[in-house]
Amino acid sequence: MTPPSSDFVTALPEIGLLTVACVVLLVEAYSQSRMVAYLLTLTGLLLTSALVVVSGAGVPMLAFNGLYIDDPMGEVLKLLTCLSAIAAVIYSRQFLDDRKMLSGDYLGLLLFAVLGMLVMISASHFLSLYLGLELLSLSLYAMVAMERDSARATEAAMKYFVLGALASGLLLYGMSLIYGLTGSLELSKIAESLHYGVKSEVVLVFGLVFIVAGLGFKLGAAPFHMWAPDVYHGAPAAVTLFIGTAPKLAAFAFAMRLLVDGLQPAHGDWQQMLAVMAVASLAIGNIAAIAQTNIKRMLAYSTISHMGFLLLGMMTGSLAGYSAAMFYSVSYVLMSLGGFGMVTYLSRVGVEAENLDDFKGLNARHPWLAAIMAMVMMSMAGLPPFVGFYAKLSVLQALIGAGWISLAVVAVLFSLIGAFYYLRVVRIMYFDAPAVEDTTPTHASDAAMLLSANGLAILVLGILPQSLMTLCALSVQMSLR
Amino acid sequence: MDFPSIVFYFLSAILLLSGLRVVTAKNPVHAALALVLAFFTAAGIWILLEAEFLAITLVLVYVGAVMVLFIFVVMMLDINIEEMRKGFWSHLPLAGLVAGLMVAEMVMVLGGDRFGLTAPAAKAADYSNTKELGLLLYTDYVYAFELAAVILLVAIVAAIALTLRRKHSRKIVDPGWQSRQTATGRIRMVNMKPQHPEVKEDDA
Repeated sequence: MTPPSSDFVTALPEIGLLTVACVVLLVEAYSQSRMVAYLLTLTGLLLTSALVVVSGAGVPMLAFNGLYIDDPMGEVLKLLTCLSAIAAVIYSRQFLDDRKMLSGDYLGLLLFAVLGMLVMISASHFLSLYLGLELLSLSLYAMVAMERDSARATEAAMKYFVLGALASGLLLYGMSLIYGLTGSLELSKIAESLHYGVKSEVVLVFGLVFIVAGLGFKLGAAPFHMWAPDVYHGAPAAVTLFIGTAPKLAAFAFAMRLLVDGLQPAHGDWQQMLAVMAVASLAIGNIAAIAQTNIKRMLAYSTISHMGFLLLGMMTGSLAGYSAAMFYSVSYVLMSLGGFGMVTYLSRVGVEAENLDDFKGLNARHPWLAAIMAMVMMSMAGLPPFVGFYAKLSVLQALIGAGWISLAVVAVLFSLIGAFYYLRVVRIMYFDAPAVEDTTPTHASDAAMLLSANGLAILVLGILPQSLMTLCALSVQMSLR
Repeated sequence: MDFPSIVFYFLSAILLLSGLRVVTAKNPVHAALALVLAFFTAAGIWILLEAEFLAITLVLVYVGAVMVLFIFVVMMLDINIEEMRKGFWSHLPLAGLVAGLMVAEMVMVLGGDRFGLTAPAAKAADYSNTKELGLLLYTDYVYAFELAAVILLVAIVAAIALTLRRKHSRKIVDPGWQSRQTATGRIRMVNMKPQHPEVKEDDA
């Protein structure tokens, strides 16, 4: 059946973004100024977020013969994805310009990556989930390798590519087993036929193992985390900033679609797997981060531990758990935009401010930047009154509500260990003598203003978390069937 | 055993053996040729499953285009396969053990009867698989089809962005700049005294 034209209206954000991405690619051929592509990228992302808001229906709506779903959770996540991509582009403008990477091809790939995320967020079919994931991953591999003269970036891209391909293979294998068992690729139909029981529980669990392993790779959760530190460390700071932020929202949506929309009847089986992955991520992430001297690597390990928290929220299988996980992913993206944004902002021509030593005595040079970074770090550590505290608190509440008290205790213990290395950054900034060479950024007031807003948002949302929490809870509730 | 089963087992045996040759052949060209054979027999198995379109595409695209390119690359690059095989025998026992365990587990879990599938009824002789696929691709799966197209576009953009090097030594002339030049800008007459070049020690 030919899709009705209303389907194309439903998918307007994706269509708009695709158009803008193609225009950004073309515009470089006809224009000498690099600012055109940059401004066009920002306009396109703004336009997409506007389209998301306008085309939102408020109730779950299927389109394209069940390949596409438009629901409130998806709309909120899409909007936030676009906004965080805008912030990432603004933070990285000066960095990219210094390294001659601010070109149509880089920005075009970035827009395609965002398109992949949007597709993942609103997928209701194994096919569209997988295609969205591949679109995102392929663009990211190329973006990591973009700094061609850097051997470190090339190595990181190679590792990312090989491990990412392996993860995609695992995921596809799991999907094909589930397809063989249920006879459908559509998530709601899979849930239905699982609900009525399948011929072999063993095959279901077998396929589930592969799906969860692939998911773990993409989230960067232990024991499938090995790529994350190398890629975060090796990639140019601007790319790390992008990889570490918006895709986490898409990964959360991906996990929700796959495990909750599609495989909810097998909840008992995947719950165990997520619990093991969550505890392993918390342990490895928090303990390995202590030993790092490179802040990008440290933040990579911190990402692993945050993904552990996110998985803890998801594994409870309750509405409270899902909305806590969503709140966690949103606040994590906000914090990590601040953290990686600061690393990108403090970098200068030829040098990346990526070592902890580069932050020594930042307070003496830039008290305001140091204050923002301190807020980000304390929020990541989970100290009140910052948003990270409420993110952790709501996950723990959901865990205790579902009766997983021992897991909650473990999570708190590892967060305490984690607080050490976050606070070490604060100590370095405030109490250590400045490094000899000055890393004064003399540029980009737009990025500085946005960084301030970002830091303040972490504080304000920490004091008044209720609106964002309600938004997450409502959108998840309205989207679950 | 009926005829299709005999054909299936025959093709499968060739497929497995050629797959094994791909990883064990010492000469990379032999490995590539074994891969061609593997694709060919896989296409045969698909024909047996009445998936003619996929089988033909496999032969046309993979055997006809991809593998020819692959063999070109293998022949042009002087790959030292012995270097890549270093440690093959020392890692073999452990790797073989893990692989054997996984195969045993998968055989135990994934029997054909686990899925409860029945063979579909054979289609009439004039049934066109290709036409059905075309109809599905452009109607029910148009969204996925377009996404696949976007992925290919990204692959092109990424390949160009990563390999196009704007070298300074490139002798390329901008046609616009070239046609804007005038006679006065092209040549400049100077009056110079003749000079004797200094004799350097290297030249002597």
